[in-house]
Amino acid sequence: MATLQLHNITKRFGDTEVIKGIDLEVNDREFVVFVGPSGCGKSTLMRMIAGLESATDGDILIDGQRINDVGPADRGLAMVFQSYALYPHMTVEGNMGFSMRLAGVPKEERRAKVLEAAKILQLEPLLDRKPKALSGGQRQRVAIGRAIVRNPSIFLFDEPLSNLDAALRVQMRIELARLHDELDATMIYVTHDQIEAMTMADKIVVLHDGVVEQVGSPMALYHHPCNRFVAGFIGSPKMNFLPVTLTGVTSDGVAIRLPGGGERSVPVDGAHLDPNATLELGVRPEHLVLEEHGPLSGEIKVLERLGGQTSLYVQMDDELITIMADGDVAYRVNDTVRFGFDPERAHLFDAGGQALSSLQQHPLAGLTRHDNRAPGSPSEEPA
Amino acid sequence: MTTLSSKTAAPRSVSGWRSAQSKRILLTLLGWTVALVIFFPIFWMILTGFKTESAAIADPTLIFSPTLESYQAVQERSGYARFALNSVAVAFGSTFLALLLAIPAAYAMAFLPTKRTKGTLLWMLSTKMLPSVGVLVPIYLIFRDTGLLDTRTGLIIIYTLMNLPIVVWMLYTFFKDMPKDILEAGRMDGASTLQEVFFLLLPLTLPGIASTGLLSVILSWNEAFWSLNLTTSNAAPLTAYIASFSSPEGLFWAKLSAASTMAIAPILILGWMTQKQMVRGLTFGAVK
Repeated sequence: MATLQLHNITKRFGDTEVIKGIDLEVNDREFVVFVGPSGCGKSTLMRMIAGLESATDGDILIDGQRINDVGPADRGLAMVFQSYALYPHMTVEGNMGFSMRLAGVPKEERRAKVLEAAKILQLEPLLDRKPKALSGGQRQRVAIGRAIVRNPSIFLFDEPLSNLDAALRVQMRIELARLHDELDATMIYVTHDQIEAMTMADKIVVLHDGVVEQVGSPMALYHHPCNRFVAGFIGSPKMNFLPVTLTGVTSDGVAIRLPGGGERSVPVDGAHLDPNATLELGVRPEHLVLEEHGPLSGEIKVLERLGGQTSLYVQMDDELITIMADGDVAYRVNDTVRFGFDPERAHLFDAGGQALSSLQQHPLAGLTRHDNRAPGSPSEEPA
Repeated sequence: MTTLSSKTAAPRSVSGWRSAQSKRILLTLLGWTVALVIFFPIFWMILTGFKTESAAIADPTLIFSPTLESYQAVQERSGYARFALNSVAVAFGSTFLALLLAIPAAYAMAFLPTKRTKGTLLWMLSTKMLPSVGVLVPIYLIFRDTGLLDTRTGLIIIYTLMNLPIVVWMLYTFFKDMPKDILEAGRMDGASTLQEVFFLLLPLTLPGIASTGLLSVILSWNEAFWSLNLTTSNAAPLTAYIASFSSPEGLFWAKLSAASTMAIAPILILGWMTQKQMVRGLTFGAVK
């Protein structure tokens, strides 16, 4: 079992700096997800941890040992690639046992270890097949099996589910979470899909343009995003943003005037605010409620009925606001709706995009995936 | 044009179909013509080999009584086997050596490219644009002074140098098509560079390596300039054997043809047996 530390890691390709000084701590047995839009540097960061890319500057430590100059195979890590990267000319057994074959492990021992991993992943009937005779999900499991037999101190997953179809992705997500519990290993996972990040992570690292925007538990990131980028990136559908005017600051929060004239007080710390500061209000679509006398209003442009829920896209001045409403709402396109929000669930951002910190911590903000289990219950989650 | 109804559109599409059809027929005809033009000299050579000397120089005709006379004469005169053995040794020896040198070179260029990789590749290929005769005198003198004249070793060295640019270029193309992830997965699994090459790269690019090797064998087999200039008897391959029928005793068309047919037969059979592999190799990556 292992811990990982990154100290001021930078990476330059020629004149382009893709990673701009990242500090990070990954604890033992933690499931950490690097998430961010394409080109944010998350894969490069993982490849540096793996040793497939060298760090231009900074230190990478595993269990306190600096490993910058250690080769990828000797870092005690295993990586699952987005493309699976199975060896096409070898059978499933050959693929999974390749690292041991290189290490000169006797055939019997190799087979025993492969069988053990195959059992965990339900790959036993497929051991003699070549990768091309497997489905996408099976290939993915072989790739994971190849990582398991190496008995690594840290597992690295580079967007492992992005080549699978939606249904399989959900299933593999559950399997991976189960695997994490079963193996009790430290895992680092790269994805651009915030749902994968929210559902699997103990800790999410949000990356943007080569810097860490925020590190925290999924619920902390959802309820207390530290800036506009994280607020917009975490949560689906995306958070709505509205320009508002500052009218006053009290010990209970910041008073604002909404577009259309309504006034509200949001319970955030505005002590350092300039009286003329421009502010932006952020409210998630699921926190906007349709009210007959709500302070906000707009015209419905698009209406998507999902059955249990309905997404309303409402034009409000220049902004298109998304509202997640009940599945049975009777509105139609071009109707005008009035809506409001609970100020406790709203966020305020200053001109620089930084969030004003909440006066009250959300009760679930410190929760990780592991805390979802009842105390003393077995580590198995329903598959 | 806007008044055109759907009725007029139908015949138009038929005529379109017709023009596509006639285009296809034209292309097929062109293809056959080119193939026949290329094949005709070979066909005529094989035919002439079965004629008598007098029939060979008479007015060209397709009707004659075939005879094995020329083949017998060729067999009696000199040891075909010795020349053939030299050809085999030199063609396969130089191909083996070229692959041995080119695989690491192509690996470095494909997987560890620098700013100058493209330039190096172009420069290597540009050496093929120089006429061989331009370096004949220095090469001859070097061979004379190092005792390589009329030796298989000498011929293997010169053929290796001759084919190396093409072999490196082709292997580079095949290696570049190999998914990098697989090699990286190998590296994560603990493979050294050498193990990476032997366990992953070579097995996965085998079709490409095979077709590169075949091309190199064929080019070496058919090479005549260096073999005629650098060998006399000991290391002379089949190209020198063919040439020997055209110089000392005058020109004997039938025997020359019989000898040529025997010289190209092995490589023709090899090429025919591996043509699927060859085409696959030469168009590798283009169809993906």
